[in-house]
Amino acid sequence: MHLIYQIFIDPFVQMGSAPDLFVQTLWEGLVAGVLYSLIALGFVLIFKASGVFNFAQGIMVVFAALTLVGLYAHGVPAFLALAITIGVMFLLAMAVERLVLRPLVNQPEIILFMATFGLTYILIGFGELIFGGDPKVMITDQLYLPSGSYTIKALGGFVQMQKIDIAAAVIASAMVASLAVFFQKTRIGRALRAVADSHRAALSVGISLEYIWVTVWFAAGIVALATGIMWGARSNVSFALEIISLKALPVLILGGFTSIPGAIIGGIIIGVGEKIGEFYWGPLFGSGIEEWFAYVIALIFLLFRPQGLFGERIIERI
Amino acid sequence: MRAPSGTGPEVAVGDVLLSVENVSLSFGGVKAVNDVSFDIRKGEIRAIIGPNGAGKTSMLNVINGFYHPQQGRITFKGETRPQMRPYEAAHGGIARTFQNVALFRGMTVLDNIMAGRTLKMHASFFWQLLHFGPAMNEEVEHRHFVEEIIEFLKIQEIRRTPVGRLPYGMQKRVELGRALAMEPELLLLDEPMAGMNLEEKEDMSRFVLDVNDHYGTTIALIEHDMGVVMDLSDRVVVLDHGIKIADGTPDDVKKNQAVIDAYLGVAH
Repeated sequence: MHLIYQIFIDPFVQMGSAPDLFVQTLWEGLVAGVLYSLIALGFVLIFKASGVFNFAQGIMVVFAALTLVGLYAHGVPAFLALAITIGVMFLLAMAVERLVLRPLVNQPEIILFMATFGLTYILIGFGELIFGGDPKVMITDQLYLPSGSYTIKALGGFVQMQKIDIAAAVIASAMVASLAVFFQKTRIGRALRAVADSHRAALSVGISLEYIWVTVWFAAGIVALATGIMWGARSNVSFALEIISLKALPVLILGGFTSIPGAIIGGIIIGVGEKIGEFYWGPLFGSGIEEWFAYVIALIFLLFRPQGLFGERIIERI
Repeated sequence: MRAPSGTGPEVAVGDVLLSVENVSLSFGGVKAVNDVSFDIRKGEIRAIIGPNGAGKTSMLNVINGFYHPQQGRITFKGETRPQMRPYEAAHGGIARTFQNVALFRGMTVLDNIMAGRTLKMHASFFWQLLHFGPAMNEEVEHRHFVEEIIEFLKIQEIRRTPVGRLPYGMQKRVELGRALAMEPELLLLDEPMAGMNLEEKEDMSRFVLDVNDHYGTTIALIEHDMGVVMDLSDRVVVLDHGIKIADGTPDDVKKNQAVIDAYLGVAH
């Protein structure tokens, strides 16, 4: 009886009695969620256009952030470093298309998936070789990203918001909105979706696969860079960041692998769910819920809605 | 509607638009196409027929650049190449449909046909990202063109339906629409009536004739239904086991002993 009370009633009583704390937790969750969404977005871009689950997306985040910070450490001005990093992500996209995707055209998807594993380890090795393995500090101030925090007096208490988090939310929203429009409404977006659906049909209307693949991998690289800057600003830049890419999995399962809005909403549900779960239900399990809660949500979704919230339902004609 | 606007020199009606000369294509030890030559003249409906495994689809894939023949030459609009590439073919004004329908299943009818306009649209990446200015005007202009095709094919009421949900006959029609959106000079149709019922076949035949009539599009089609072929086409080339056995008007071909043998079989 007591346990039932603790699970189903007590947390809500707590939420009601200290609304400021609830809002604070909600905000923390929202911010974490936005960052999860950004990572998931990188996955969705590549999955949509090539049907490949790009395992290397996590390491691309680290690699982009490392390049930026590393260049700055070698005396390159911050914004020039940013421009060069964008250039590096473009070269990476070209290299992946030329050296990985093109030779593997028409191979089963699992082969391409394994190739992205290989890519992950190449990038880890390459990154460590050039920039070293020790954690680095993100050059937040030099990029004119805000620091410090706002404290808002509300609901009989205080809610604290980091300025960098607000910036992250704004940048992520802008990015997501433009990508969603780009995919739905434009020629290149249509070509991207076309390639995802049928290679030979896309070829027959004159869409160049090479061009499309470079474009999506470049877009995913830009998303990785933005993610790297935002995550780096919150903790620091190290290879441990790669782990967060695993968090993208439950987000994708929730949102559907092919949906950009799905990635966003999935990310936010996971982020908020984790934080609220940890704060209100965590003590019951001796804390640490945050680590696995996302996967439980994902499992429940797999049982009832395997295509995710917004994924395309796969209809096979027999 | 506008005249076809592929690249390269204009070819006058009745002149040779495309010719294949001594083309051979093999997969390992299997000769799919063996030393085949024929031409397609501007403005005509040219049928390629033959029993199963005759190499008809292989021939189409060669013209369209999906397969690269080991021997022979392909001349399109006066330009001779040992092989086509899919992009060159599409860019030069060759559009096609597929035997077992290759559409973008997750996309709507409208988006599928708009995808056919890809090569006609030129707004830069930058404007497309903003979805504004030149990119927006271009979308509107091409949408207009696509709506004409939708009207022509009488598929107005399904324009927003994802094609994966449409019945087979409709999918074939959408695929024709996508090919037409490319304003092709040469349209390759791979068994456009396969698997259709009589009514659908009649509809499709009418569309093929209309396309040829109204837009002056040259058409090369593969078809099994002999009745359809004889009614539609101006000239027929017959393949059997990768070899050309006859070439001429439908009436000539019908009387040709080699063709009769290939279709009905002969006692050995």
